Amino acid sequence: MKTNRKTHRETDSRRRSLLVAVAITGGSGMAAAAFPFLSSLAPSARAKLSAAPVEVDIGDLLPGQMKIVEWRARPVWILNRTAEMLASLTEVSGRVFDPESKQKQQPENCENATRSIRPNLLVVLGVCTHFGCSPVPRFERGDGEKMPADWPGGFACQCHGATFDFSGRAFKNTLAARNLEVPPHRYLSENRLLVGENAKNIQGAKE
Amino acid sequence: MKTPPSEKYRSNGGLFADLLEWLDARLPLTAFWRNHFSEYRVPKNLNFWYFFGSLGLIVLSMQILTGIFLAMHYQPSAAPNADGLPAAFASVEYLMRDVNWGWLIRTTHSTGASAFFLVVYLHIFRCLLYGSYRKPRELLWIVGVLIFYLLMAEAFTGYVLPWGQMSFWAAQVITDLASAVPFFGNSLADWVRGDFSVGGATLGRFFALHVIALPLALILLIVLHLLALREVGSSHPDALSIHDPVETGEIGSIPFHPYYTVRELHAASVFFLVFFAVVFFAPEGGGTLLESENFLPADPLKTPEYIEPVWYFTPFYSMLRAMTRPLFGIDPKLLGVVSMNGAVAILFFLPWLDRSPVKSIRHRGAVFKLMLFLFVLAFLTLGFLGTKPPEHIVWGTIPGTSAAQTATFFYFFFFLSMPWWSKIVPQAPKTRNLRFK
Repeated sequence: MKTNRKTHRETDSRRRSLLVAVAITGGSGMAAAAFPFLSSLAPSARAKLSAAPVEVDIGDLLPGQMKIVEWRARPVWILNRTAEMLASLTEVSGRVFDPESKQKQQPENCENATRSIRPNLLVVLGVCTHFGCSPVPRFERGDGEKMPADWPGGFACQCHGATFDFSGRAFKNTLAARNLEVPPHRYLSENRLLVGENAKNIQGAKE
Repeated sequence: MKTPPSEKYRSNGGLFADLLEWLDARLPLTAFWRNHFSEYRVPKNLNFWYFFGSLGLIVLSMQILTGIFLAMHYQPSAAPNADGLPAAFASVEYLMRDVNWGWLIRTTHSTGASAFFLVVYLHIFRCLLYGSYRKPRELLWIVGVLIFYLLMAEAFTGYVLPWGQMSFWAAQVITDLASAVPFFGNSLADWVRGDFSVGGATLGRFFALHVIALPLALILLIVLHLLALREVGSSHPDALSIHDPVETGEIGSIPFHPYYTVRELHAASVFFLVFFAVVFFAPEGGGTLLESENFLPADPLKTPEYIEPVWYFTPFYSMLRAMTRPLFGIDPKLLGVVSMNGAVAILFFLPWLDRSPVKSIRHRGAVFKLMLFLFVLAFLTLGFLGTKPPEHIVWGTIPGTSAAQTATFFYFFFFLSMPWWSKIVPQAPKTRNLRFK
């Protein structure tokens, strides 16, 4: 009897290990089977290809004018800032969330006071860092464009009320906690800009 | 439930009776009918507030029927057609203009979405009134909250399909919620969208979710909801339980069929009267049910001037927007997402937050009535503010954002402080026999 019971226990433990082994194999098989499904949801090879850089002519951009180009199906603003617009950047630096652009929202060569390669030319993704709406220009100072009286000029997002200055820095106490993203870009010549690719050896914010 | 063979249907010799006997011997037909209709006991004192469960089922059936026919004409593609319009947008225009009765099928479906939420909100409110979520109906309630979640996902994915301006930008904002997740938020958002911005890939998956995955899951959960209801029985306005042996007999019960089937049919006909009045005479609901911006094709480069969700999402949207400054070191964006999700998730805990010795509002006294009134007021305020731009000033004095913040605070305060204030009930003698067990 005693040996018999022991055999039973041995059989049981053997069966249990087999069960565990089967469960682990089956479970990992199912996890492996889930991978292609989950991965199929990520951006496809074609989506990645169509995210190619865009070349823009900036020769006709007068001071105070803004051009919108489409890159990765999102608006990129190219603003030729006037002297007053640039002057307002130092004036508002106390009112913005991240005045020194410490968050990695721009390529290395734009980590400066104007957040740009050329001081006057702002190249920025026109996508609100709150929830992805496209803000609108509110270049006029003061309350002329339904803004508060102390508005220094910049961009305003009408979805949730976030505001940005002329270098795309987010104002404090609105919803966006990050500056507008400066996309990778480089100048091909005096009047040609390539959006979507940094100059060599420059680390971008995000790729 | 197993039924002894003797309770199987016996034919009296007629042709159809023979057929029924043959079928019943092979399928539990009469047992099903008895368990769920003719011998399913329901409290006899159910009032107006108890109509909305079955109305929900009716609206669901209507959505499935109209949805099948819409899917026959709709094209889930963002690619431009010969006229330069996105194919999805053009196919909805085609449905509205050229398909025979397409306008009726489509507006019934779009109005049906709003009706679904109206009915579900009233159904949930009924639970708050009469403590329907409390023991032994906790699981019934939890399944119900899950259904509410799925319903929101279903409504949102459906809203994106016409690929108008509001569709596109709603998809943009909502998929961007994923980017609020710390560390890998941006890759997560790209994974959710299937591209670096909202586009054809996003539309395709939303279509698949809207017509296959979510409806299947919804039906499964509704079956669970009904099974759980059959197990614990319906609550009622005096908040006793027909299945509680101590309390049985205090409130009589009657069979669901024919008494309630007839009543529910009557409610359904009143509902249809109102519903089709909207479908025929005001399918756009003055811009509330179908927004004018959505009659413009999606433009990825231009956000509409006033972006607002459909009315049934505005309370939660207000909460998302009300978070304008960091709190406890969490940035406002994540805080908004957390409050918006938390507002629904907190419902899961309601059966345990409520510590009142009685269930129904009829016995709970002034404190509960006041709190419930303020809660409804806060919810409606949030809903109203969500339809307005963020800089809206209420009555020319109160800034919209402050009002939304106050209402959001009260929404959570109502639930989180419930374990304390819910204990306060009048000690009138009549409540003694009604104590919650």
